[in-house]
Amino acid sequence: LQLDFWLAPRSPGYPVDVRVPFPSLQPLKAHLEANGVFYSIMIEDVQALVDHEQTEMLRSSRRQLPLSTNTFDYATYHSLDEIYTFMDLLVAENPNLVSKLEIGRSTENRPLYVLKVRIWGSWGDRRGGTRGKANLSSLLFQFSKGGTNRPAIWIDTGIHSREWVTQASGVWFAKKIALDHENDKGLASILDKMDIFLEIVVNPDGFVFTQTQNRMWRKTRSRHPGSSCVGVDPNRNWDAGFGGPGASGNPCSETYHGPYANSEPEVKAIVDFVKNHGNIKAFVSIHSYSQLLFYPYGYTSTPVPDQKELDQISKKAVAALSSLYGTNYKYGSIITTIYQASGGTIDWTYNQGIKYSFTFELRDTGRYGFLLPAKEIVPTAQETWLALKVIMLHARNHPY
Amino acid sequence: DIDDVGHKYHLELVLEDILDKDSTVNCTAEVLYHLGNKNIAPAVQFTIEGELKNTDEADNIFYSRIKSLEKELVAENIPDSHGSVSPEMEPIRLLAQVASGYVIWQNSTENTKFQLAQIKQVKQVKRSDDCLEFDYMILLHEMVSQEIIPWQMTVLWHPQHGVQVTQDSCQPKHVLE
Repeated sequence: LQLDFWLAPRSPGYPVDVRVPFPSLQPLKAHLEANGVFYSIMIEDVQALVDHEQTEMLRSSRRQLPLSTNTFDYATYHSLDEIYTFMDLLVAENPNLVSKLEIGRSTENRPLYVLKVRIWGSWGDRRGGTRGKANLSSLLFQFSKGGTNRPAIWIDTGIHSREWVTQASGVWFAKKIALDHENDKGLASILDKMDIFLEIVVNPDGFVFTQTQNRMWRKTRSRHPGSSCVGVDPNRNWDAGFGGPGASGNPCSETYHGPYANSEPEVKAIVDFVKNHGNIKAFVSIHSYSQLLFYPYGYTSTPVPDQKELDQISKKAVAALSSLYGTNYKYGSIITTIYQASGGTIDWTYNQGIKYSFTFELRDTGRYGFLLPAKEIVPTAQETWLALKVIMLHARNHPY
Repeated sequence: DIDDVGHKYHLELVLEDILDKDSTVNCTAEVLYHLGNKNIAPAVQFTIEGELKNTDEADNIFYSRIKSLEKELVAENIPDSHGSVSPEMEPIRLLAQVASGYVIWQNSTENTKFQLAQIKQVKQVKRSDDCLEFDYMILLHEMVSQEIIPWQMTVLWHPQHGVQVTQDSCQPKHVLE
């Protein structure tokens, strides 16, 4: 009869699942009925299911890598490969504006890429030298600065891999900068004075894991001796109140701080970059969800010295964000607004002297949470961009 | 603070209909978190100003549709990774949100904030009476610890009798893999 048992016979009382080739259907049914054996049909036509799956798989594999950032679909979630391809396309299309830097490698040896945005010909640019008419005094000015980097803004997304709207928004921000760098007055004025660094996927190992194994994965994918559990919370691994209350010492916990500060290569890469650059003036790290805007501290209830100014900027940024679609945000220091959290990114960057250190928690407030529908990506990115511009403009207008 | 008893909160809130943002209802509530035994759910008393919307029509449509299914309903990953929910699964999801509200209430303390993150699986259970019964495996997201907690819950529903969670239990973490 060529019966194919999918759930093999065990002993009386246990069900059996069997795939039956078409010619054997009648004989088998007759045999079961003659012997009073109960049966029910689970799948009418296995071939139809297999055929359907085939077409689905072909469709998704034929899903080609994007050919240009203009045909890229910003309203859908993408794979790591697609995002990395997007970066290369953006650089290729905007050679005088965007370049790609590799700042390190993840635990699983994936490259950690940062997009650098700098107007060609602005001072500090090795191609341009000086902008417009070069004259002796500006050349001297540059030489006397000798080696210092232009003041810069840092934005990162995807530090927690399950927060998919953040990586998707990072992609959108990159494109937005390329589109608007000349025609948008605010952005043009920012780029006139500062560089922008954008790391779209801070945690690529975790991101791939959310796509292949566990959509709810948050941490990195590092392994540490003494535990079978994997991963460290990259937002508890920074050297600011490291290991204190607000993080867990349990490797199996979602907020495990790691064996020591900067143990995670994803974190260390940013730490090294920031220290080597030496002139980052604003640092924004983006998460989801909750619709909140934070400034430091998370590890202590002592207010930061710049509390008043950061609070005012936050108020303005949140107002700008809300102006687009009416999305409501709250703001404040991490510890007073959400909970105590130690070893956090912006606590460290603030203590490094980066006054304008902020963290966003994007949409929504829990209805979809991490599983934010793709149709909300672009509206989320659009409104967040308005808030980012407030922060960037403030940094540009208040050099320190 | 209420000595020897616990912490009581007085709340004024606005209830908003998930399906109709313009439909709101004012609500006042008192929540008492008990000192000591954290295994007791917080005591809740509330009053609603006015009436909740009548949903008989939608309820009956959903009820008839499920009752007329040839095979018991089975579904997974609602919403899916991209946040999509098919129209047929929308009421199944709303039902899970209501039922998980009960589970969340029973397991809340002053230091927790739970949300329903996803329905991993739902299986309809055949019943001889009028009620619909669904066996859910859900994921709860706890905000403070950031943990994703698998939870099983058995949910009964009938258009006139409302929602009941007849059984629920926290599941071990490895259920996720």
